[in-house]
Amino acid sequence: MFTSPEALTAIVGMALVTIAIKASGLLLADRLPRQGFGAAWLRHIPGAVLAALVAPALVTGSPAEIVAAVATGGVFILSRSLFAAMAAGVATVYLVRLLLVG
Amino acid sequence: MSTLASPYRFSDQFYAGARACIPVCISVAAYGLVWGVLARGAGLSLFEVAMMSGLVFAGSAQFVALDLWTATPATLPVGPLVIAALIVNLRYLLLTATLRPLYPDKGLWRGALSMYLVTDENWAMTVGAMARGGGSVAFLLGGGALAWISWMSTNLIGYGLGSAIDDPARWGLDFAFTATFLALLLGMWKGRSDLIPWLVAALAAIVTSHFVDGSWHILVGGLAGSLVGAWIEVRKHVHQS
Repeated sequence: MFTSPEALTAIVGMALVTIAIKASGLLLADRLPRQGFGAAWLRHIPGAVLAALVAPALVTGSPAEIVAAVATGGVFILSRSLFAAMAAGVATVYLVRLLLVG
Repeated sequence: MSTLASPYRFSDQFYAGARACIPVCISVAAYGLVWGVLARGAGLSLFEVAMMSGLVFAGSAQFVALDLWTATPATLPVGPLVIAALIVNLRYLLLTATLRPLYPDKGLWRGALSMYLVTDENWAMTVGAMARGGGSVAFLLGGGALAWISWMSTNLIGYGLGSAIDDPARWGLDFAFTATFLALLLGMWKGRSDLIPWLVAALAAIVTSHFVDGSWHILVGGLAGSLVGAWIEVRKHVHQS
């Protein structure tokens, strides 16, 4: 089976709504005022979104993610290297999960 | 392109963006393999896998799509598939809005097309660079191109392998996203005024993820934290003047 008109319609539809939303954020930001509340709001979005991305992944009921988060933060503050911080986090979460299972 | 006015050459920034995304692209690749395997199981053809990854290019929306997909075209829920992609991707409204300062005032519609290459990963790296006074459209696109290649190639490899691939969590690779984003967040710390918005965002996200599946926690936490941050900042200015 190669594909079907239904599958193509679904995929192209998914692609169109996805690019429409991504483009809308940029275009709507242009309508926000450059000072006052709108500007302050835009400045606070990156930190808030990153915190929202990270937080649920740390609170899983297992201590592995918390320990790994401390290791990640510690290595990043000492080295200022994202790659080193990522490697420390992955290695720590792997080892602690291994210890907890075994 | 818009970067002509910047002191950097487009290619330098493009490669810098790609290099910056290497840590998170390890996670993208791990999940890309899993998606490829699951896509084969869900009954997508190789052509459909390439089309979806190439055109839709949105990991969480593509995972949701596999739940809804049916191998027989007659029963394929086209409407629900499109609506699910819309809902799962709503968070991008917040993400791409913050990239506005990278673009010149004229020709924003052309800039809107480049939003196609925005993912959580290269967005995070770019706003991290912007917080340090860097970042550019070329930096964003370089990271996006690397993410696209990682996603597409591992989807196809996973589809080809077809057999059960280990859960990325078994190797701790699920944590590569989290660790990199956490380090980026720490790099954005500007002072105590960040504490309350970030805590509000984190708590709202934790509570939301507890009750609602999908990516709603990013949107809810991001909105709650940023609105609280803006409210505190504006109120402080009123008190000072």
